[in-house]
Amino acid sequence: MRSGLLRAGVVMGFFLVILAIVGPTLAPFDPTAPVSPRLAEPTPPGAPFYLGTDDLGRDVLSRLLYGARISLLVGLVAMVVTMAIGTTVGLAAGYFGGVVDTVLMRCTDVMLAFPGLLLAVALVAVMRPSVWTIFIVIGLVSWTGVARVVRSEALSLRERDFVIAARAMGATHGRIVFRHILPNVVPTLIVIAALSTSGTILLDAGLSFLGIGVPPPTPTWGRMIQEASTYYRVAPWLMAFPGLAVLYAVLAFNLIAYGLTGEGRGVR
Amino acid sequence: MRYLAQRLAWAAVILLGTTAITFAILFVVPGDPARVVAGPRADAATLATIRRELGLDRSLPVQYGQYLWRLAHGDLGRSYATRQPVATTLVRRLPATAALASAGLAIAVLIGLVGALVTAPLAGTWFDRAVLVASLALLSAPVFWLGMMGLYWVGFRWRLVPLGGAGSLRHLILPALVLGLGTGVYYARLLHTNLQEVLALDYIRAARARGVAPLRVLGVHALRNAGLPLLTVIGLDFAALMNGVVLTETVFHWPGLGRLAFDAVLALDVPMIMGTVLLSAGLVVATNLAVDLLYRLVDPRIRLE
Repeated sequence: MRSGLLRAGVVMGFFLVILAIVGPTLAPFDPTAPVSPRLAEPTPPGAPFYLGTDDLGRDVLSRLLYGARISLLVGLVAMVVTMAIGTTVGLAAGYFGGVVDTVLMRCTDVMLAFPGLLLAVALVAVMRPSVWTIFIVIGLVSWTGVARVVRSEALSLRERDFVIAARAMGATHGRIVFRHILPNVVPTLIVIAALSTSGTILLDAGLSFLGIGVPPPTPTWGRMIQEASTYYRVAPWLMAFPGLAVLYAVLAFNLIAYGLTGEGRGVR
Repeated sequence: MRYLAQRLAWAAVILLGTTAITFAILFVVPGDPARVVAGPRADAATLATIRRELGLDRSLPVQYGQYLWRLAHGDLGRSYATRQPVATTLVRRLPATAALASAGLAIAVLIGLVGALVTAPLAGTWFDRAVLVASLALLSAPVFWLGMMGLYWVGFRWRLVPLGGAGSLRHLILPALVLGLGTGVYYARLLHTNLQEVLALDYIRAARARGVAPLRVLGVHALRNAGLPLLTVIGLDFAALMNGVVLTETVFHWPGLGRLAFDAVLALDVPMIMGTVLLSAGLVVATNLAVDLLYRLVDPRIRLE
């Protein structure tokens, strides 16, 4: 069962990456230009606009295809930032222990008490909206879960015989952490990476929905849902398709994580 | 008792930490709170007066110190935007959010219990697999999108609930369901896994051998042990629930704290931001403390040090 889900997740994820790469060349129309003859009102799905057009006459399918690239890119880069911060903090706390551990974990506790979404909103306000800001902000608010998992792994690894042996042979802290501890955390890191990608894609969509995600004109799935929310009664397809796109992308990573461990929901 | 004192002291340190971080972030925001108060057409002299009145001309540590001093006296300050005392606004907005969050949590726990108890005896069957895939799909859907779809179908097409706003139980049902659905499905999965482990233990076999009714074995004997770890998750999850609250309140125009906090951040209303962050962090810390204490009550084997 699990391996089936893992396979399904990998196939879905692979397809998503392909779409993100070639999507813009497949897009039938310009995603930012009004292409529908009915400019002021949304057109329901039907040829040549297979997923309809929005209130500005833009083709929904083309916008979705362009959005795939930016949504996946934000999800993956933010995941890398999250993993980098979380792994560094977790390794340092778990390996050195003592005061370092106490201080770092207390900081983590403070971060955990914060309402993450509001912190992200405040940080975006400080740094001005851009793709880079979104990468960093999502990383800054979501590293705590990663840090806690990595710390507990490092904590048990440093008591193992091969680490003690390395220390007895006079290996430096840097060598022990990078050559002996880190490689043994990698299997766990792969699982957390999948879990945290599903988390970062959802967080990015949430920020876009609140109107503070990647700035226009780049079409993102979250902002498409936000723009559609005004017209949800007359043009429900406008919000249905980008929502399904987010669901598809997040599901791919959740399936991978579930297939590996039996858990499927962002790290916290 | 000593444990409780330590935990309370630590809770205070955490809250202090959140105020310090928020203050530091707000200080580097490229905007002028005095202009928020004075409006766009105020002249330089007015701005200077307001800055002096609000203490904005002092250095960051002094401003922070003054804030803490007033906080220690129970004064959260006045909103820059509305000139109302922050505490009054928070108290006025709290009931709506408390109702939404507790109803959402109650629905989540209910879905978790029912979902796990129904699927646990059926583990490995096609029904259980279908539920698993459906759960993962539901967990992958953005909460605000579920809210919008709910509004369209349940509110607009079927006309079962009002299209947003607050005031009655009918207003509460859909937002609470949207908020609790994903969390509930997650709880169900966790409890399902725990139940599988517990059901393989000897005391369950012994209970079955004694002829205890199968439903009683599952719902009483097994659930008691399998349910414990869920308590921790509920505590840890509460902060995530608050994220969901911000989005859900936006979708449903729910007049609660989440929306208030979000608008305050956009308007650079420093005292209001500090107040909402402090309240939200306080709720998270209090929930975690309550969960830990409850743990001790439910499972006397656990000694808290």
